[in-house]
Amino acid sequence: MNSAQPATRPAQSNVMAVSPSPASPPVPAFEASKVCVWYGTKQALFEIDLTVRKREITAIIGPSGCGKSTFLRCLNRMHELVPSARMEGKITLFGEDLYGATVDPAIVRRRVGMVFQKSNPFPTMSIGENVIAGLRLNGIRDRAFLNEQMERSLRLAALWDEVKNELHRPGVSLSGGQQQRLCIARAVAMEPEVLLMDEPCSALDPMATAKIEELMQELKKNFTIVIVTHNMQQATRCSDQTAFFYMGKLIEMDSTAKIFSNPGQKQTEDYITGRFG
Amino acid sequence: MPALVENAPTPVKTAASLMPAPSRFGDSFSKSFTMVMAFSVIGLIGLVVVVLVRGSWPTIQHYGFGFITDSSWNPVTEKFGALPFIYGTVVSSLIGLLIAVPLSLATAVYLTELAPLWIRSPLTSLIEMLAAIPSVILGLWAIFVMIPFLRTFIYPALQSVLGWTPLFSGPIYGIGMLSGGIILAIMIIPIITSVSREILSSVPNLQREAAYALGATQWEVTRVAVLSYAKRGIFGAIILGLGRAIGETMAVTMVIGNASRISPSLFAPSNTMASVLANQFAEASDDAFLSALFAVGLVLFIVTIIVNLIAQLLLVAAGGQSSKLA
Amino acid sequence: MNEISAVRARGDQHRYRKAKSTFVAGLCILCGVLVVTPLALVFGYLVIQGASSVNLDFFTQLPKPTGEVGGGMANAIVGTFTLLALASLIGVPLGIFGAVYLAEYGNSRVNWWLRFSSDILNGVPSIIWGIVIYGIMVVPMKGYSAWAGGVALGCLMVPIILRTTEEVLLLVPQSYREAALALGIAKWKVISQIVIKTARKGIITALLLAFARVAGETAPLLFTALGNSFWNRNLSQPISALPLQIFSFATSAFDDYHRQAWAGALVLVSFVFLLNITVRFLTRKGA
Repeated sequence: MNSAQPATRPAQSNVMAVSPSPASPPVPAFEASKVCVWYGTKQALFEIDLTVRKREITAIIGPSGCGKSTFLRCLNRMHELVPSARMEGKITLFGEDLYGATVDPAIVRRRVGMVFQKSNPFPTMSIGENVIAGLRLNGIRDRAFLNEQMERSLRLAALWDEVKNELHRPGVSLSGGQQQRLCIARAVAMEPEVLLMDEPCSALDPMATAKIEELMQELKKNFTIVIVTHNMQQATRCSDQTAFFYMGKLIEMDSTAKIFSNPGQKQTEDYITGRFG
Repeated sequence: MPALVENAPTPVKTAASLMPAPSRFGDSFSKSFTMVMAFSVIGLIGLVVVVLVRGSWPTIQHYGFGFITDSSWNPVTEKFGALPFIYGTVVSSLIGLLIAVPLSLATAVYLTELAPLWIRSPLTSLIEMLAAIPSVILGLWAIFVMIPFLRTFIYPALQSVLGWTPLFSGPIYGIGMLSGGIILAIMIIPIITSVSREILSSVPNLQREAAYALGATQWEVTRVAVLSYAKRGIFGAIILGLGRAIGETMAVTMVIGNASRISPSLFAPSNTMASVLANQFAEASDDAFLSALFAVGLVLFIVTIIVNLIAQLLLVAAGGQSSKLA
Repeated sequence: MNEISAVRARGDQHRYRKAKSTFVAGLCILCGVLVVTPLALVFGYLVIQGASSVNLDFFTQLPKPTGEVGGGMANAIVGTFTLLALASLIGVPLGIFGAVYLAEYGNSRVNWWLRFSSDILNGVPSIIWGIVIYGIMVVPMKGYSAWAGGVALGCLMVPIILRTTEEVLLLVPQSYREAALALGIAKWKVISQIVIKTARKGIITALLLAFARVAGETAPLLFTALGNSFWNRNLSQPISALPLQIFSFATSAFDDYHRQAWAGALVLVSFVFLLNITVRFLTRKGA
């Protein structure tokens, strides 16, 4: 955990390893080494080595079925929801092993938030309740804090002005784009260090998409973002680093500008010029 | 932790600081507890088996398999044989099926193939309402409405035409085997109809269209493309109805007459395995009698399980493990 | 000439096949009518014979001894509700939590066997429950009781609630579970606060359906609750129930009892139908 914490924080029962001293280069948000994933006997990822830099937007692109969503889900241990899933390799979050023996997946997911392809606000909750659902169901009772956090998160998600007078309305009564921003608010309310986004705009119209892309640039100031997208133009517009996956392997990863103007690998070039999709 | 709002003072409270550490207890308790609850279904089956076997043990020891082939049932002389009730169950269920199956299948065909759309939903609802009527109420209606009607009009007519056969000979009381079969038919029609209807409507339209494209008439399409495709499922529906008929108690008890012997005539009073339990269990004063009744219960249980198993297997073969509540 | 007669023959054949098809269609309609006729007759007679006897007396008075005219089934109505409540003590926890296990935990192999067992349990004739509970409760307790009746009905309820609730839980989209788990919420909380809350309407309908089915059951009560002409003051004593009372009155030799049996039947069927209609209302499209 970040060492510059106020004294009000009680000792966590699941303290991860200490972060390195400030003199060394900034610790990457994620460092994946030789990550392989199997679903049953079928291998989905082959020895992925990848670094995600802090407070940047990293995009993962590639054709359908190339394993990008699978990899994303390894970053918050959500792939474990599939009973037949198995992972080998190492992933660290700010230097700490995500898959250590004593690490509770629930703690990982508190620190690494996720927004899904199709927005999924909880249907039995209002807009306000949705935002703080993660906090409340994780045991926070402090009403004042919850209310402050609700407003803060909705502002961060650029949704506050639209819903501030309607917080009691059901979460599902919002439009598609608003719902997705509500899900983003819900995720950032947890104060994660990283935000994972799995094709967050694929179900949205261009205007809603633009709003969320704008939002991402704001969020980048405070969060590390990893976004999976099949929309290459979106990667060009939004991300700092881009990783190209193909058939379960990481083909190339570099700054977005370089990948899209002068890719090193032929496969990358074929994909971004549309020779295959 | 990063500050959430730029240039704002770092908040003293953070989410991470306020959240208690997650405990593993809740999840492991929840999994174990619900698992125990789920496995209770197996426990309940075991309970039934154990109690029935324990109760019938003296009878099994005394008679062995002869119990189900012996046709004398006399609580006074303490001679017990379950054959009359097995016979009663078989015959009354058969009558029920003979009446119910053609009616149910025709209605199912009507509902899926022929009926105009505006009729389908109300008619289906009506049939489901029939299924919801408690057995004792159908029995009440049978005693005071159905049986007088049958006794006055139908049975004499049957006897005048078919009285030369042993099946329709003998005195007409109104209550009896045939009435039992008829009320069973009324009770199993809803389930055979609704399951058949589901099976028939799951036949892909491609089958029908192919037959129509060959110039078949509506009936031919139904017969060739739909019914034969759905054969296994329909058969499963029928067996499901049979399973229901075998276990049906109250309405049958009220019309079948409580006679513990085999008679050739369908007009004669009789008993099924279920109805003899309802009729005689309360009067079973001594242990031998009680044990014999438990043994009848055991036979009934086994027969029902086997029949329902066959029905489930047929229905699973026709399409998925669904909850076809018998 | 041959060609003309051949064409005519095909035409005749087609007309015959068409006629056959129409005939069969007519038969099917006839069968449909025949199938709903008993429903109309049953309901008709219930109303004709019973409606006039469903009066205030019926709901407030106890049955009179044989031979005396009048009285009511107040104790039977209360008894039915009492037995439903007792049955729920077994049926609801086993059914709902068992369904949670099937829907949220377990693996497909184990679950298949559990569902299969539940279906077998569902097919057990209700009278068998009567004699089983007689064996394990009435005999050791040396007497008939409301408890025994409740347990018998509860066992009957379990497979009904289990299967229906499981289906309802499975209908909750997986995306809600994923969203909740991605927030770091513990699985048991996801189940209770998200899944069950989302499915609560369906769960209620599962319970109502189970009540509708079990409220009309007589056979399991014959040798457990037994029936009672008076108020039940103690759950370890026999208790009356509507279906039991109807059965007892219908099979008696006494005309006034028959009249009351019709009234009881009308009330019982109305209660069962009311539950079913409520379920339909709750599950209508767009609700």
